Amino acid sequence: MRKVGVVGIGHTKFGNLSDYELVDIMAYASLNAMEDAGIDGGIDQVMVGNMGAGMLNHQTGIESALVSTLNLEPAMAELVSNGPASGSSAFKMGYMAIVSGMADVVLVTAGEQMRRITGWEATDFVATLSHPEVEYPYGLTLPAFAAMFTRAYMAKYGLTERQLSLISVKDHLNAEKNPFAHVQLPVTMEGIADSSHASVVNSYVSEPLRLYHMCPVSDGAASVVMCAMDGAARFKKKPVRIAGIGSATDTHCVHNRKDPLDLKAVRLAAETAYKMAGIGPKDISFAELHDAFVILELCLAEEVGFFKKGKAIEAIEKGETEVSGRLPINPSGGLKAKGHPVGATGISQIYELVKQLRGEAEKGRQVKNPKYGLAVNFGGFGNNVVATILAKE
Amino acid sequence: MNIAYELEMKLRPPQKEMLPYPPKFITLASGEKMVIRQVKREEIPLLLEVIEPLIKIEKDFYDIVAARFYAELLGFFRYRVRDEYCLVGTIDGVVTSICNGRLVNDDLGMSYHTMTIKRGLRCGAQMFAAKMEYHIEILNQKEVFIVAESPIGFRRWMIEYQLVPRFHVQHELGGVPTYILTRDLYFAAKERLVTGTRPVPKGLLETSDTLILPEEYPQIPGWRR
Repeated sequence: MRKVGVVGIGHTKFGNLSDYELVDIMAYASLNAMEDAGIDGGIDQVMVGNMGAGMLNHQTGIESALVSTLNLEPAMAELVSNGPASGSSAFKMGYMAIVSGMADVVLVTAGEQMRRITGWEATDFVATLSHPEVEYPYGLTLPAFAAMFTRAYMAKYGLTERQLSLISVKDHLNAEKNPFAHVQLPVTMEGIADSSHASVVNSYVSEPLRLYHMCPVSDGAASVVMCAMDGAARFKKKPVRIAGIGSATDTHCVHNRKDPLDLKAVRLAAETAYKMAGIGPKDISFAELHDAFVILELCLAEEVGFFKKGKAIEAIEKGETEVSGRLPINPSGGLKAKGHPVGATGISQIYELVKQLRGEAEKGRQVKNPKYGLAVNFGGFGNNVVATILAKE
Repeated sequence: MNIAYELEMKLRPPQKEMLPYPPKFITLASGEKMVIRQVKREEIPLLLEVIEPLIKIEKDFYDIVAARFYAELLGFFRYRVRDEYCLVGTIDGVVTSICNGRLVNDDLGMSYHTMTIKRGLRCGAQMFAAKMEYHIEILNQKEVFIVAESPIGFRRWMIEYQLVPRFHVQHELGGVPTYILTRDLYFAAKERLVTGTRPVPKGLLETSDTLILPEEYPQIPGWRR
C-alpha cells in the first residue's frame, strides 16, 4: 500500500467570519496550505468537507466553486459530508484517493459558516443530524443529548459539575495561546465553578452542562495538502506521515444502543487506526479529541484506551492532560475554546497534529518531542466517528 | 440674579431624590472582579469618551446604541433628562460596561441602554441585571419598560427574563415594541440571572474610585486610544 503524508497545512481564524463568503474562507485556508507546501497548483484531487452549506449558505456544489476560486481546474473534486466529522471523512477520502493510485497530490479543505444565523438556528441546524422521527421532533438537540449523556456518566462514575469545569479551564488556557482560536479568553475555576457568582456567570444551558462546558458556534476553515510519500521530496516541508485511519458507525438513534455510555464507534475507529499504525494507546504523544461538550473529552479519552472507564478525570485532576503533562489533550484549545465550525473541525484537528509533530506550535502550547498524534472527530452523537493517527517521520 | 442662571433653572427638570444603588462586585468567568456602582454626574464626561469611538460601528448595532446612549448621558450631565441614573462596571478601574435608565414615576422605570466594552464575559448581562435590581429591589418599583435594539439584546432581555409584550404603550426610545419586567418576573429570574456580593471590600471598591478609559475596543480591531 502507498504511504501518504501531509506536506502543507492552512487555517483561518475561527470565530465570526460572517462578513466573508464561505468559499472565500475555504480558499484562504487552501492557499495557506498550498503556500506551506510550496506549490501553486499540481493538485490532482480536491476533497471538500462541509456539513451545511446547502442549508446555511443556500449554496451547493461548493467543491466546484472552490476549485474554480483556486484556479485548480481540471482537478477532480468531491464534497464529503459526514456531519461534524465531515472534515476527517474528507481527509480519509483524500488518503484513499492516493492509496488507490487515482491521485498523487490531494488538497483537503473543510469549512463551515454558522454565524450568519442565530445561535438557536445553528443549534437547530446541527440537530437535523438526529433521527427525524424519534429524536428531532421531540426537541432533542446536541446539547440535550450531551446533557443526558453527562447525567448518565455522573450517575455511573460520580463525576461532578466542578470536575467538568477543570477541562474547560485547561482548554481555554491552551486556546489563549492559539492565534486561530475563537475564544482566547482564559477562565478560572473561581470564575466558572467556585465563586458564589459562578452559577449565574456560568449558567446552565442544558443541565448539568453550563455555558463554559460547551463549544461556541464558529465560522472557519482548515486545509491540508497530502501526497504520496514517494513524491514528497519536491515539497517545501518534510511530510508528516499518515500512520492510521479508522472510522466506524453506531446506531443512528441513541436509544437503540444497549448502553448509551458505550461509544462503540469511537472505540472501533480508534482500534482500526491503531492497528493500521501498528501501535497502541500508550504510543500516542498527544491527542485532539472532539470536545464539543467537555464530557466528550473525558469519554473519548477513555474509549480510545488512554484511561479506564470512569478514570480519565483523575488524570485531568493531576494535570496529566495539560500541554506539559504526560498525555496532552487538546493543546489547540479543543472545540471547547478553539471553536467548532462543524464541517471544518476534523481538518482543524489534523492541522494541529501536523503543527505539533513539526514542532511549530506557539510557545507555551508545543508538546514536547511528540511522535504520534491522534485525532478523533465525532459525527452525530457518536454514530459516525473517524480516528486519525499521524506520525513524525 | 443672573438672567442666564434663572433661565437655566427654568429649563432643568425637577429631580426626585433617588435611593442610591449600593455597589456590588461580581467574579467573572476569568476570575476578574467587576465592581458595579452608580456613576456621579461629574463622571459623565469620561463616560462620553468611553462611548464615542463606538458611535459609527454598525456591527451588532453598536452605532445606534452608542449614539443614543451618548445623547442620554449628555442630557443627564446637562440636566435635560428627568430622574436619570447611570451604573458603571469596572475591572481595576477600567470601564468595562455601562447602563442607564430613569424613573418615570415612583412605580414605573424606563430602561434605556446597556453597553459592554469588554466582550465575552457576559458583562452586559450582569449590568442589565444590576439595572433591573435597582428598579425593582432598591427603588421598589412595580414595572420597568424595556426595548431591544439588537438581536443580542432581545435574547438577553426579552427571552432570558421572559418579558411580557405590551406593544400598545410606547417606550421613550421611539416607540420601539415595548416589553415589561414585572416584580414577579424579576424575582422568578433572579436566582438564574442576578448575582453579586455586598458590601464590596474597601480595597476593591477603591479600584473603582477613579474611572479609567479602556485602551482598546474588541469592537474596533486595531484601534488604540
